[in-house]
Amino acid sequence: MFVELLGQHFVHTALLAGAVVAVVSGAIGVFVVTRGASFAVHAISELGFTGAAGALVVGIDPVLGMIGGSLLVGLVLGLLSLRGRERDSAIGAVLAFGLGIGVLFLSLYQGYATEATNLLFGSIVGVSDAQLRALAIVAAIVAVGIAVVYRPLLFSSVDPEIAAARGVPLRGLSVAMFLLLALTTAEAIQVVGVLLVLTLVITPAAAAQLLTVRPTSALVLSIAIAVASTEGGILLSLLQPGPTSFFISALSFAAYAAARIVRARRVSGRAPARPRLRARRRSSAPPAARQAQS
Amino acid sequence: MSAASPVVSVDSLALAFGDRLLWEGLSFDLGPGELLAVLGPNGTGKTSLVRILLGLLEPTAGRVEIEGCPPREKCGSVGYIPQQHVFDRDLPLRGRDLVRLGLDGHRWGFGRLDGEEHDRLEETLAQVGAAAYADAPIGRLSGGEQQRLRVAQALVSDPVLLLADEPLLSLDLAHQRIMIELLDARRRGAGTPVVFVTHDVNPVLQSVDRVLYLAPGRWAIGSPDEVLTSETLSGLYRTEVDVLRVRGRVVVVGTPDDQHVHHVEDGH
Repeated sequence: MFVELLGQHFVHTALLAGAVVAVVSGAIGVFVVTRGASFAVHAISELGFTGAAGALVVGIDPVLGMIGGSLLVGLVLGLLSLRGRERDSAIGAVLAFGLGIGVLFLSLYQGYATEATNLLFGSIVGVSDAQLRALAIVAAIVAVGIAVVYRPLLFSSVDPEIAAARGVPLRGLSVAMFLLLALTTAEAIQVVGVLLVLTLVITPAAAAQLLTVRPTSALVLSIAIAVASTEGGILLSLLQPGPTSFFISALSFAAYAAARIVRARRVSGRAPARPRLRARRRSSAPPAARQAQS
Repeated sequence: MSAASPVVSVDSLALAFGDRLLWEGLSFDLGPGELLAVLGPNGTGKTSLVRILLGLLEPTAGRVEIEGCPPREKCGSVGYIPQQHVFDRDLPLRGRDLVRLGLDGHRWGFGRLDGEEHDRLEETLAQVGAAAYADAPIGRLSGGEQQRLRVAQALVSDPVLLLADEPLLSLDLAHQRIMIELLDARRRGAGTPVVFVTHDVNPVLQSVDRVLYLAPGRWAIGSPDEVLTSETLSGLYRTEVDVLRVRGRVVVVGTPDDQHVHHVEDGH
């Protein structure tokens, strides 16, 4: 049965589509996690849903609506370049309203509810050849985009003050990153759905960054975890009854949990080798307290 | 030193925010290897001067040239050392990566170093004494170690000018001395002038060639012996200020905010 399924065209299409989307999701995820912008991914994805629901109402391709919605939010977030708490609350406010509009659109939509369900939870196994081609083209655009901005984007993400001093255009890069993220999110929605985009865009990158401190290794590892989770999830869903998105999210979470364990062991193993750091950290913390005692 | 053509030339510079004038008519040249300390209380535009030299802020009036062209055009690379800021403990970045960004972080693409640049990266890490911890995560290094990497990051691009904005803040005395020695070695070895913004001149007093003192609405420039006198500072602040020399240290008493200008070391 399983072997028979592996020979099926739709399975090949699903595996290819999954791989294409996973590569760009894993790559952009590294920058999202480094900049602490996980919540923005959620916002872009849910407003992509609003765009798709709006497209359904007016009778155009929901994927176009989704890309439009994601890009619009990505552009706004990129231009605002907000940081920290302000960004979180602004995103929360916009996200909630956008989703409200999405709910309104859905209530207006007279067609089949499956379209909406597919958007929310993904429909990788139903990808057509034409969809696969579209996914591949968008993924290629994102991949080229990341390759072009990689170095200055890394600089502006980890060390913005010096990057600005060296003439790196911070705002332009912020916009570029959020637009690439919006395209990636629109891709990932088609595989795992609106509600599970984080499982491809955040979880693999977070796991990778627990395992390595080298920026390039983190990028490669994040892509590898995203691809393995996606392909593994699709294969598991052929073997076992259950939604593909569940298996994908379970595998990427397993990778994250394993990374945490590996990291915890490594840190406790390393501690005696570098006592210098610990000692200094402790002594640098409470000088006031020590003065008060003496 | 002043015989050679200047690296930095500042001409009739003025800066105002709204109707608050910070300074005007500010002019000075910096020759090869000169160390200029920029002193003064908070809010007198010390950091703004650095931002103007970096091309990040346009002055209200006047002109700045570095190697003969405006800062924005970046005729030569300018090394910038900020005050220590705390990196996230889990930031996936090694000390080596931070330094390398000073070399190729502004280039598009993945950034591939050629052989010569690779050697320069290793040499610079060794030069600041950071080779031993260059592969450790940056967020887990001490403040002193991070600041050495900052110096390496600034030096690795072979700068024509070094700008340091309160680089000694929150460092202990031993690390302050190391930082100053590193900057001193660069300016003497390669003739790179240094602009050093600090609220306390004492750590760099032995190395300073000239002092630019920014007071609210006024400024003075000259050798430490010319500027750091009761007469000059009283004139700048328009109130009676005493400059004392105690055991080779400069102590300024009587400025409206003397807590902040030159704090006297606690204890003995």
